[in-house]
Amino acid sequence: MFGAGPADAAQASPSSRVTLTINGERRTITVDNRTSLLDLLREHLGLTGSKKGCNAGACGACTVLVDGRRVNSCLTLAVRLDGAEVTTIEGLAKGERLHPLQQAFIDHDAFQCGYCTSGQIMSGVGCIDEGHTGSPEEIREFMSGNICRCGAYVNIVRAVEQAAHGK
Amino acid sequence: MHPFSYTRAANTRQALDAGRAGGRYIAGGTTLVDLMRETVERPRTIVDISALPLREIMVTRRGGLRIGALVRMSEAAAHRGVRALYPVISQALELSASAQLRNMATIGGNIMQRTRCTYFRDVTAACNKREPGSGCAALHGVNRTHAILGTSDDCVATHPSDAAVAFTALEATVHLLGPDGERTVPFADFLLRPGSTPNREQALRKGELITSVEIPALPRPLQSGYLKVRDRQSYEFALTSAAVALHIRGGVIHEAKVAAGGVGTVPWKLPAVERELIGQRPSNVLWTKAAERAADGARPLRHNRFKVELLNGPSSANCAS
Ligand SMILES: Cc1cc2nc3c(=O)[nH]c(=O)nc-3n(C[C@H](O)[C@H](O)[C@H](O)COP(=O)(O)OP(=O)(O)OC[C@H]3O[C@@H](n4cnc5c(N)ncnc54)[C@H](O)[C@@H]3O)c2cc1C
Ligand code: FES
Ligand code: FES
Repeated sequence: MFGAGPADAAQASPSSRVTLTINGERRTITVDNRTSLLDLLREHLGLTGSKKGCNAGACGACTVLVDGRRVNSCLTLAVRLDGAEVTTIEGLAKGERLHPLQQAFIDHDAFQCGYCTSGQIMSGVGCIDEGHTGSPEEIREFMSGNICRCGAYVNIVRAVEQAAHGK
Repeated sequence: MHPFSYTRAANTRQALDAGRAGGRYIAGGTTLVDLMRETVERPRTIVDISALPLREIMVTRRGGLRIGALVRMSEAAAHRGVRALYPVISQALELSASAQLRNMATIGGNIMQRTRCTYFRDVTAACNKREPGSGCAALHGVNRTHAILGTSDDCVATHPSDAAVAFTALEATVHLLGPDGERTVPFADFLLRPGSTPNREQALRKGELITSVEIPALPRPLQSGYLKVRDRQSYEFALTSAAVALHIRGGVIHEAKVAAGGVGTVPWKLPAVERELIGQRPSNVLWTKAAERAADGARPLRHNRFKVELLNGPSSANCAS
């Protein structure tokens, strides 16, 4: 445990030490308390696969998994992640073997510029895991937290279907 | 974002002590972090309450529900008891925000969320809610999404929560724990209308924690649902919404619980609509007649007169379905 007890909260410093696991690698880092997980990944750790679209929870480009659940890393304070397990797009493939959803995005040509893609894939992994892939409508609804300015939605839904049901 | 110190409360006592000392609670963080980044919120100390034991959903003995303040929106929406007893709640939650946000956001944080009024979120604009006495830029500004009910000359901002609309309809209560002990507040008294003090938004005392939201048991069978009208089909706040629960027995409506969202400065209970429905047999004529009362007392602004019509629409459509 790091950080101060409530009694000395007022004197606590505006930065803290956190130990967390990112893509299987354990790291101990001192972060300014204001740092978002997204900025930690991109600016401090060089993991630039997660993208910053809106920085306000409104686009999904920054989606990663924290303890197995998809979340917006732009609204996640890194300081809160002591002991957490984070998976980003960089940690999805097993060596040279792509994750089935990464492969499905290629098979279905589910992107154009690619800016939203890492967020789409991480969100899709969460969506499949949650079991919200019963129909194209359900996939659309449960993937609505990921905006694609290029409008690749039709193929994104197909890719998620393929990875979920092997079709 | 302004600098702040961070502390993690290991138990309720620690949280309350830190809260009393002026610390700001953080649950999912989905709205607090956003508003801090906009410097609308500038807490000096953040108290992380995510380790507190407020994550339970309990079906009460008579068939009501008690939802812990730290239950995530996604967990509450997926919970079997919630889905079986109060579809209106799971629907309101699933039609809120996005799957990612619902995985982070909590029930307590959801009912505490502040308005999405763009002038409130813009620190350079006049806003009595953010900066008492500075004026209201929305009153004569771009006010298409603003409130038509419960407004004052000082504030016309809507309350954005969908779940709170369901809680209002169902006459929920909020359980609170503060330095002076526990207390319970009816949902209708928990969220405050702006009046001349739009900066006061909840009946929460300094350092008080929300511990749970309780939904009273209602007579069964109960049909309930949530309808939401918005600018796009998903991942958007309501222009208008309706939460409806009906107890129909022998072909007659015996109980009706109705509230509207997206139109009021707080979620708007519709007692006149409920009165029209009770004692009647369901029919399209009845839905239309009842819905005509939904916008009673509305005061539209320059750009949001359309909400009066929307309001007369969704509530009747929701009853019908
Ligand atoms: C892009 C976007 C779209 C959205 N769309 C919708 C929508 O369609 N419908 C909808 O309803 N909402 C929507 N939301 C809002 C979202 O639901 C809220 O941000 C969320 O519910 C807040 O919960 P939280 O746990 O993250 O709160 P936090 O950000 O952690 O806290 C919010 C406030 O509540 C206080 N607080 C939290 N828990 C407690 C407690 N137990 N006791 C006392 N005080 C507490 C905090 O101090 C803070 O002031 C949207 C948000 C975003 C960013
Ligand atoms: S960058 Fe996080 S949601 Fe847009
Ligand atoms: S592929 Fe360009 S934004 Fe989605």
